[in-house]
Amino acid sequence: MHDVSLIVNGVPREARVPARRLLSDFLRHDLGLTGTHVGCEHGVCGACTVLLDGQPVRSCLTFAVSVAGHEVTTVEGLAKDGELSAVQRGFAECHGLQCGFCTPGFLTTATAFLRDHPAPSDDDVIEAVSGNLCRCTGYQNIVKSVHRAAELLAEEGS
Amino acid sequence: MKPPSFVYHAPATVAEAVEALAAAGADGKVLAGGQSLIPLMNMRLAAPGHLVDINHVAGLAEITAEPGGVRVGALARHAEVEASETAHAAQPLVREALRLVAHPAVRNRGTTVGSIVHADPAAEMPAVLALLDGSVRVRGPEGERDIPAGEFFVGPMESSLRTGELAVSVFFPSARGGTAILEVARRHGDYAMAGVAALVAPDHAKVACLSVGAVPVVVDVTEAEGDWKRAAELVQDQIDPEADIHATADYRRHLTGVLTERALKAAADA
Amino acid sequence: MTTKLFGEPVRRREDARLVAGNGRYLDDLGANALAVAFVRSPHAHALITGIDVDDAIDVEGLVAIYTWEDLPAGVREPLPLLIPHPALTHGRTAYCLAKDVVRHVGEPIVMVVATDRYIAEDVCERIQVSYEFLKPVVGLETAVSGPNLVHEDVPGNIGAHMIQEVAAKDGRATRDVIAAAPHTLEFRLDIERSACMPMEGKGVYARWDADDRSLRVYSSTQTSTSVRMAIAAKLGLPLPKVEVIAPDVGGGFGVKIVHPWPEEILVPWAAILLNREVKWSEDRREHFISSAHERAQVQHVKVGFDDEGHVLGLDVEILHDHGAYTPYGIIVPIITSTQLLGPYKIGSYRVEFFSVYTNTVQVTPYRGAGRPQGVFCMERTMDKIAQYLGKDRTLVRAANFIQPDEFPYDQQMIFQDGRPLIYDSGDYPESLRKLKDLIGWDEFPLMQSKAAEEGRKLGIGVGCYVEGTGVGPYEGGHVQVTSDGRVHVSTGLTSQGQGHETVFAQIAATELGVPIEKVSVVTGDTRRFGYAVGTFASRAAVMSGNAIALACRKVKEKALRIAADALEADPADLEITDGMVHVVGAPSASIPLATVAVLSNPLRYAFDEEAKRATQFATSGSMDKPPVAEGQEPGLEGKDYYSPVRSTFASGMHAAIVETDPDTAEIKILRYAVVHDCGKMINPMLVEGQIHGGVAQGVGGALYEKMVYDEHGQLLNASFMDFLMPYVTEIPFIETDHLETPSPLNPLGIKGAGEAGVIPVSAVIAGAIEDAEKIVIDRMPISPSDLYALRDSSRTSGAVSRLRNTQ
Ligand SMILES: Cc1cc2nc3c(=O)[nH]c(=O)nc-3n(C[C@H](O)[C@H](O)[C@H](O)COP(=O)(O)OP(=O)(O)OC[C@H]3O[C@@H](n4cnc5c(N)ncnc54)[C@H](O)[C@@H]3O)c2cc1C
Ligand code: FES
Ligand code: FES
Repeated sequence: MHDVSLIVNGVPREARVPARRLLSDFLRHDLGLTGTHVGCEHGVCGACTVLLDGQPVRSCLTFAVSVAGHEVTTVEGLAKDGELSAVQRGFAECHGLQCGFCTPGFLTTATAFLRDHPAPSDDDVIEAVSGNLCRCTGYQNIVKSVHRAAELLAEEGS
Repeated sequence: MKPPSFVYHAPATVAEAVEALAAAGADGKVLAGGQSLIPLMNMRLAAPGHLVDINHVAGLAEITAEPGGVRVGALARHAEVEASETAHAAQPLVREALRLVAHPAVRNRGTTVGSIVHADPAAEMPAVLALLDGSVRVRGPEGERDIPAGEFFVGPMESSLRTGELAVSVFFPSARGGTAILEVARRHGDYAMAGVAALVAPDHAKVACLSVGAVPVVVDVTEAEGDWKRAAELVQDQIDPEADIHATADYRRHLTGVLTERALKAAADA
Repeated sequence: MTTKLFGEPVRRREDARLVAGNGRYLDDLGANALAVAFVRSPHAHALITGIDVDDAIDVEGLVAIYTWEDLPAGVREPLPLLIPHPALTHGRTAYCLAKDVVRHVGEPIVMVVATDRYIAEDVCERIQVSYEFLKPVVGLETAVSGPNLVHEDVPGNIGAHMIQEVAAKDGRATRDVIAAAPHTLEFRLDIERSACMPMEGKGVYARWDADDRSLRVYSSTQTSTSVRMAIAAKLGLPLPKVEVIAPDVGGGFGVKIVHPWPEEILVPWAAILLNREVKWSEDRREHFISSAHERAQVQHVKVGFDDEGHVLGLDVEILHDHGAYTPYGIIVPIITSTQLLGPYKIGSYRVEFFSVYTNTVQVTPYRGAGRPQGVFCMERTMDKIAQYLGKDRTLVRAANFIQPDEFPYDQQMIFQDGRPLIYDSGDYPESLRKLKDLIGWDEFPLMQSKAAEEGRKLGIGVGCYVEGTGVGPYEGGHVQVTSDGRVHVSTGLTSQGQGHETVFAQIAATELGVPIEKVSVVTGDTRRFGYAVGTFASRAAVMSGNAIALACRKVKEKALRIAADALEADPADLEITDGMVHVVGAPSASIPLATVAVLSNPLRYAFDEEAKRATQFATSGSMDKPPVAEGQEPGLEGKDYYSPVRSTFASGMHAAIVETDPDTAEIKILRYAVVHDCGKMINPMLVEGQIHGGVAQGVGGALYEKMVYDEHGQLLNASFMDFLMPYVTEIPFIETDHLETPSPLNPLGIKGAGEAGVIPVSAVIAGAIEDAEKIVIDRMPISPSDLYALRDSSRTSGAVSRLRNTQ
């Protein structure tokens, strides 16, 4: 067993887990942060995407013990002071989700992407979310949502 | 789909890592980005008794310009290599190829060296290394050695790395001449059904093909003398693709021909 | 704040919770529950000769291991056959845990309960099951021709055989009509297996309250009410002691309507036995090999037609692969048989199907539920007739359309609900006109020839469908207004992302004249509503939408009556706006709905301001009458059910332009256009969302997704790595236009929209590729490798076939 401590959504968190505990399970079951979802556990669907030191990674393909000491942002950490982030609002405004199961992965991915590419083209957006599966929306409104989020971010910044 | 138990090692130095690996013997495996190993473990298709996690080893993430090329450390993530101007300046094919590897989030964690050691014949970076005659630097109980790409890939998912050895870096040579890589995958980001990396230099031309053999298949097409259609035929003669659920052997051979011609053209124009 | 919300693109109320990570899906519940994993058969067909758990029992964290032998009486029986049918002469269902034979890879044999899923899987690995191998039956044609049997007692592997025939007007049989027709064509079509593949797998979580002797079960299901009844029956519990709740569900698309899944019985049973919370969350591999698939059919078609392309006779023989078991009966091939007719008047029609056992995962409805196959058949037929006659494909379709003045139109068949197949309304010529405008049908030949000059291959395809939606028998709605002015709406069916919370709130707000913010909606919770059928067959909006509207109308009627007393007005002069009941045209004479709610209950403790205020309106009742008059109930609430005479028929038409790479045979969809008619739209934004998602699944089914079984019955691509669900990069931009022909069958005039998007896609894409390539496309899905092989064989056989080069 290993004592694994991480900074999750800005807060130091710790749990005692076996080495094989996947980061996805660590977040969901050991820390109770169930917003991160698990759709395949083999790296293809992207539902489990979290930000590791700011970069999107598959939490189902990461052992918690391996990233001890690092910073993780989950979907629960996107809203600030109870206020939904621009990306979250963009998705809600543009009907970018239906069942919502894939959504946390898209939100974390888009958050990192828009931080680095505040004024993206359509192709940029598509490439950015190209590793996330959604079975419900057909993606059109997801792309629209990311663009809308970019606008909202720009408004916030100005 | 949960991974089996293993003994976890988190060495801080290359020496410690090699020591742990040597001690574990055949039951030990290196954990780099985990993007190939962990899916296999989650499906319980791999069950190493010991995992030597190199993510805490200092000094392995460097990307350094060296005379005649660029050296990429074992912890440099695909995304870092892709973004690296140093790597790009030394060998533009590296960035071009990395953009075809998986999806952004996988590239954020997966390592280029890990991909090469993993030696999937459908993977892009082994083909790139093979095309460029690069090499892999490994450290083992007996010290360090450089393995040329031509001797590194032995079979599907099989390299000439010995038990207890750690790959510390790979070297991508610069090339006199243009390069290009093209592939056709079922979905964007998937492993390709066929792909061709090409190099056209003033005095020679060659290609490395992926997904058509047990290892990246390198074919010298200098004799085609710029007739890329002919080059494609030469290549098609030398490959022996297999069928799988995504493509017939025939289609793979055909595709490799088409891509060879296109990639050589692109490399010649680059 | 307007209260007329019906028809508006109201934003979803679900989203605030879901985007914040505050959704509650099955695996998010029960943090302390024990975890379940199963030993599942690695073989497609075998006798179980022994189960050895010796290696497993000392694993730390193991709680229990169960095999069929351990199960109590009710649970030992085969699972129920949900929808029997006289034609299903050999229906067979599985056991919760295999008894002595396994009939597909993935069939559960041993149930393991442990402290967490990691350990449960460790235990599974250590359990040794020994087998005696039986010959697997894989592939439709092998199944019907070969000597091997999936079930010993099912000869020829044929579970069901059914013929329906609609003779010609003059009484002639279809086959005679075809024989005598001016032109005939005969061909074979193939559709391969796919699956719903929701992003969230199934899951069950059970809590037993030993003191109260009651059971609460959460299931990621499309029908909590029926799961509840199944659990109560199988475990022998009184129904009121069992509650089933569908929490947030991460997609369903059909697979979660099947019930009870073995796990839905086993998990609650173990929870009671162990007196511990128990949970099973299906992982992706389990979902591939032990839930359900759909689509696979082989169709043999004969058609007779005249010079104008009128179909005089159509004769279709279908082999339908239903996998190893038939828990859901033969709904899928029945839908194929009936919905095949689409928007057309077919002179005479004969359809015969054989529903066949194979040693593969069972087949149950997947979004579209047999319609994509039927539409594929009919639309390929239309294309072939057009090619043969050298006519524009849309003209041949138009020649066969049912005309707007011909509704209701009786197709003279029996639909999936056992009722006559009578279309209620539609305007097919107008749909086609809109579609041709949207895609630029008439301009396409120019575009195609220009592209050809550059060496590019472009093709266009079109497909039409009619979809029976809102099948009965019923759904109900309950609406309660409480003294704080809040409106609580509940209905029994469940939600998997359709936005029911939003559309049902729109309906309630519109009907009652209250701000939508005051309305809350609960679905799929048997604690709130006990009678329901479930969410499938594009029925939720039609069924529960109308039921809720009817319940609201009851509530409103009562509210107006009470308010009329208080305001000393005539109820007919009252209306409700923004939650205030007032005299029409005199807003000052008003009373809040909240106050009416207080007045509706003679027991009026002054818990809140509203109750105090109500006293000023209270009329002193007569001392001779009871405080609650006869036939009345306290409280401002109402419940009603909607039960339609038959289904309502939505329709639509799709068109696509594709480009095929002359060298690599890659297939790219350049444009995709949809014209859709689901009657009156409650929320057009959500309807579009349903269409987008449906089309994306259709594209998956046309170009990417298939379940590949080898001859041993092993599923070769049981992962997302190899079962190719499209990413954003594979889905075209979808252009949509709508038509609204209201349904005369229900109070709101609506038709279902859930499945529509997926239905014609394979037909459309096949037609477009055929147009680009001038090669017959009769098998879907099609990959670049398949297209390359087709090109190759058409080159070598010189058979650019009987296709004429026409547009
Ligand atoms: C969804 C998905 C799609 C993908 N698509 C592609 C694709 O299209 N093309 C492609 O090329 N790859 C693809 N990959 C694989 C990805 O590129 C991996 O990152 C890469 O193959 C392995 O790198 P890693 O660092 O993650 O290695 P790991 O998974 O950590 O290790 C892989 C293997 O190499 C060994 N190893 C790793 N590093 C060393 C070392 N330094 N010394 C000795 N042994 C070592 C490990 O022991 C293990 O056996 C995909 C992965 C996923 C999950
Ligand atoms: S759950 Fe991690 S990628 Fe699917
Ligand atoms: S919204 Fe359901 S999977 Fe994306």
